[in-house]
Order: sequence, then C-alpha cells, then structure tokens
Amino acid sequence: MADIQQDIRPSRLHRAWNSDLGWSFRHAPVAVASTFVVLLLIIGAVLAPFIAPHSPFDPGSLNLMNGFTPPGQANQFTGDYFLLGTDDQGRDVFSTILYGMRISLFVGFAAVLLAMVLGVTLGLLAGYLGGWTETIIMRVADVQLTFPAILVAMLIFGIAKGITPPEYRNEMAIWVLILAIGLSDWVQFARVVRGATLVEKNREYVQAAKLIGRSPFAIMLRHILPNVLNPVLVIATISLALAIIAEATLSFLGVGAPPTKPSLGTLIRIGQEFMFSGEWWILFFPAATLLALALSINLLGDWLRDALNPRLR
Amino acid sequence: MTDTPVLSVRNLVVEIPTRHGVLRPVDNVSYDIQAGEILGVVGESGAGKSMTGNAVVGLLDSPARITSGEVLLSGQPIQNLRGEALRRLRGKKMGMIFQDPLTSLNPLLTIGDQLTETIQEHLKVGQTEAQERAIAALEEVGIPAARSRIDSYPHEFSGGMRQRVVIALALCAEPDLVIADEPTTALDVSVQAQIVALLKRLCRDRGVAVMLVTHDMGVIAEAADRVAVMYAGRLAELGPVREVITAAHHPYTAGLMASTPLASQGKERLRQIPGAMPRLGNLPDGCAFHPRCDYAQDSCRANPGPTLDTCDGRAACWFPLNIKEKSEVGA
Repeated sequence: MADIQQDIRPSRLHRAWNSDLGWSFRHAPVAVASTFVVLLLIIGAVLAPFIAPHSPFDPGSLNLMNGFTPPGQANQFTGDYFLLGTDDQGRDVFSTILYGMRISLFVGFAAVLLAMVLGVTLGLLAGYLGGWTETIIMRVADVQLTFPAILVAMLIFGIAKGITPPEYRNEMAIWVLILAIGLSDWVQFARVVRGATLVEKNREYVQAAKLIGRSPFAIMLRHILPNVLNPVLVIATISLALAIIAEATLSFLGVGAPPTKPSLGTLIRIGQEFMFSGEWWILFFPAATLLALALSINLLGDWLRDALNPRLR
Repeated sequence: MTDTPVLSVRNLVVEIPTRHGVLRPVDNVSYDIQAGEILGVVGESGAGKSMTGNAVVGLLDSPARITSGEVLLSGQPIQNLRGEALRRLRGKKMGMIFQDPLTSLNPLLTIGDQLTETIQEHLKVGQTEAQERAIAALEEVGIPAARSRIDSYPHEFSGGMRQRVVIALALCAEPDLVIADEPTTALDVSVQAQIVALLKRLCRDRGVAVMLVTHDMGVIAEAADRVAVMYAGRLAELGPVREVITAAHHPYTAGLMASTPLASQGKERLRQIPGAMPRLGNLPDGCAFHPRCDYAQDSCRANPGPTLDTCDGRAACWFPLNIKEKSEVGA
C-alpha cells in the first residue's frame, strides 16, 4: 500500500513548477520578461565565439578602413556591413559587446559568489556563536559600511595591483577585479544572515538538534543555513546587478578590465571619447546592453523578494 | 521506589542576574522521577516550570544559570557538564518534546531525515537500519503508512500528526528521560487526549521517566503518576496525582483545581484565584502565596517562606488544607 502513494508523487521539477513560487513566477509578466532578457544575454555571452560575426580582438582580422562604420549601413570604402557599426579601429561593436558581456557577467557572478560565501559564513558564525566572534565580525562590517563600496573596491584593486608583478597585471586584472568587488560586498550578506540566524537559533528545532547532541557546525550547516537562504537568494540577485555595475564603473574609471580584454565598462569608456564627434553608436550600444542586463536582473530580484516574502502575498 | 531514580533534582536554584538584583526563577526545587513514571509539573505562566525543564537538560539561555543544587541523571551529577561531555550525554539519555510542533521540526528537512539524523547520532547503525528504525518509530507513535510518509516534509502533516513525529523524534534515540514541555498546549482538545494517551503508553512500555510540564490540570490528571505544583519558582506541593487532585493540601493547588473549567459546570461563574503571581523581583515576605491566599494568617507573612521540608513534606504551607475532605476554596 505504501508504494502506491510513492508512485503518484510528482517529480521535483514538476513540484517546483507547481509550487507557490512557480505560480507567482508565471503570473508576473515582468519576471518572465526579465528572465527572458537575462537568459538571452547570458546565452549570447556564453556562445560569443560562435555567434559573433567577427573576432574583434584578433588584430589580423581588423581593417582600419572599416573604422567608424555607422550601424545598419555598409562601409563606404570596403562595402562591409556591420549590424551595430564599428569603432575607430574597425572592430564590430556587436561582437565586442558579446565578448564584453562575457567578462562582465563572469566578474559579476564570481564576485557575488565570493561575497556570498564570505558573508554567509561570517554571518552564520557571528549569529550562532555570538560573543567575541560576533563583536569582531560585525564591527569590521560596520567599519567597512562607512566607506562607499566602490571606494573599497578601488582600494583593494589598487593594493592588489601594487603587489602583483607588472608582467602578470593584465592577466590578473580580472581576478583582482573579482576579489575587489567580492570583498566590498560581503557585508550585507553577513548582516542579513546574522539577523536571520539570531531568529532561527532560538527555534525549537535548533534546540532539539542541540539536545540530540549535534555539534555546533552540524547545526549551522544542516539546520540553520537552509533556513536563512531565502533572503540570501534575494540579495544575491540584486548584488549581481550591483556587481556588474561596479565592474563597469571600475572599468570605466580605467582601473578594471584592460582594453585587451574589455568588459562592458571598458567599452563604454572607449565609446565616450567619440560621443561628441557624432559616432554615438560606439557608446550607445554597450551602454544599452549594460542597462538591459542590470535592469532585468534588478527586476528579477524585486520580484523574488516579493514572492519570497509571506507578508506581501 | 528502591532503585536509583532516573532523574533526581536536589535543591536546584537557577538565578538570573539583572539590573534590579538577582532573580530566582527556580528556587530550591527537589524531586525525583523513577523509570516508567510520569511526573507532572504544573503552575501558572512564569512559575518556573519550563525553566526547571531547561535547567535539567542544560538548555538554559545565558544569563540564566544554575547557581546551586544538583541534577542527577541515574545518580550521576550532570549540572556542571560542558561542551562535548554534555552533548554526548544529553542526546543519549534525554529527549525533549516541545510545545509547538510547528517550530520543533526543521521545515526544510523531511521527517525521515530528521529521525535518521537523531538515530545515527546515537546508535551506531547504517543508513538502511536507521531508516527502518525511523519507520518503526513512526509506526509506534501511530502514523499510518509510515513507510510512504517518511519522505514528507513537516508542513505536509497536521498539528497532531506533527506532534506525534516530535514524540517519535524524542524517543527514537531510546532515552531514559523525556522532558515534555507543554506537549499538548498547541493542539485542540480531541488531539490532546490522543497525544497524552500515546505519551503515557510509550513511557509505560519503555520504562522511560517523563517530566510533563503543563499548565493544564486535566492533562496531569489523565497522565501523571505524581504531580509537582510550582508557584513563583518554588515547589508548592508534591504528591501522588490522585491525592493532590482530590485533597489538595496547599491552598494554591486547591485554587488551581477549582479554577479548571468543566463542561458540566453549566453557567456558574468560573472560580478564580484573585490577583496575579508576584513578579520575581518583587516577592512578598514569608510565604510567596499569602497575598492571594484565603487562609493566610499573620504568621504566613512573618515567618520565612515554608518549604516542603519545613512543613509536612507534601505541601509548602504552614496551614495545609484538610486531608480527608475535597476542599472548597475561593468560595
């Protein structure tokens, strides 16, 4: 008799689709639209080598004669056609955007992952252990909050650049960028997780786990962590947009991704030089892509926050 | 009664230091629980019932702490154990059933996971064996089709079923002592009776000592062998449940009995004990109950507070009520 019931249990995927969250997703056009945009951009970035019509960073394939081709027109000298035009070097803007998004998204995801792991770990420890551990972790967080995140990131970037040997600087730039943004962003994860942990640790199931003799780390990982992940998910989504923007800002200021491996921010920096000379597309398309990416992720984060908040249902 | 009691609490004092002085939520409490026996602990909110239970299992939250007295588990003092030793001992020997089955199960783990976790922590058995034991434990507490429900999450159960799971969880590591902290308070009446009966049967069958903390005299009358009545952190009365219910010695116990609503009572006004329990920081002189006691005399106030030892051993009262007649109090 027991197995009969087992058989009619729907699969996990099906249960997720039919869950409240799945229902709420299907009934939120904004969420569906932004997921579509984000997925489109991510797929474009991941498949850049296959989709991009040109390879913009292969000097051999560039033709300076193609420089400053406006979007949607054939070049007047060579007759080559570029969907979104070219920059001063004759690079295809569409292709540079696809490659630029790879860098932006990679840095964004990696930085958020770093911030999340660091922040969640420290937040759990602070909330559960309390005492000196908590005081030290949270005071460090408070001090860091008094500086704007971008300033902290620049500081870390500057220090890291100073201690890397010059010959590795360009290769290391991406990793330094991830480190800088990740370290500047862990505080909010830590704060939220600490707060949620303070609530969860007084729940009776945690007391019960203590009572059966589980070690503090087992309790934190198995019982508390899964129960504080909801807010973490929301913050991670919104942080992703912020990290991508932070990366763009740093790159725009010239301290981020190098021109040999440009991110969206680097492209915008390059493009703004031509803004007043009529070649608007070199700036406009990378900026529009960044806007679409950040906006969609933010909208998705907003929806997720509302959907996971029982009080707003 | 000749064996070493499973749990023996000796002159237990729990103190909380505050800005306004030291509070004593548990003051000089002593009792024993034998194997297979259910001791009911009753009292109003704030009488120190739960605090006593938490002190016994070592779950007191700072700054509350045990300042004197002993907690003996099978004759072994445990009140000073810390860290690893405490973890190992209390998990193996003690189980706890909490008030709210809603929050005493982890909402994100299946009940099977939670049961096997507990079983494997204490009995060195493999995954399959733990799973079988979990199913057996669920069947024992009366969960139908336990085998198919083991992968369900707590929210897929009703309140009463969930409390059964909690009981299975408390008993699956085969403890000697179970502390049930208001196990029926969050349940509706028909389910309460089932849970009480279940608890009673399980501890009889397994010879588990149970400390049943509640404010419901009906539950005590139904399940307990002996009852300890607490008032303002002290024991007011301690005795066999039949005797305490039919012939309370302490006026407070009598008042509690009289203020239990009965369906057969009709529209008669419910009796109540006038006043409220004093705040711990502001206990009256002498007997803590005297301002609310109908039988209080001047000496109740002048003399130091009565204890079980200084009185007749059953009620902490200088003028215990009559032993033979069912008492009429508050009239």
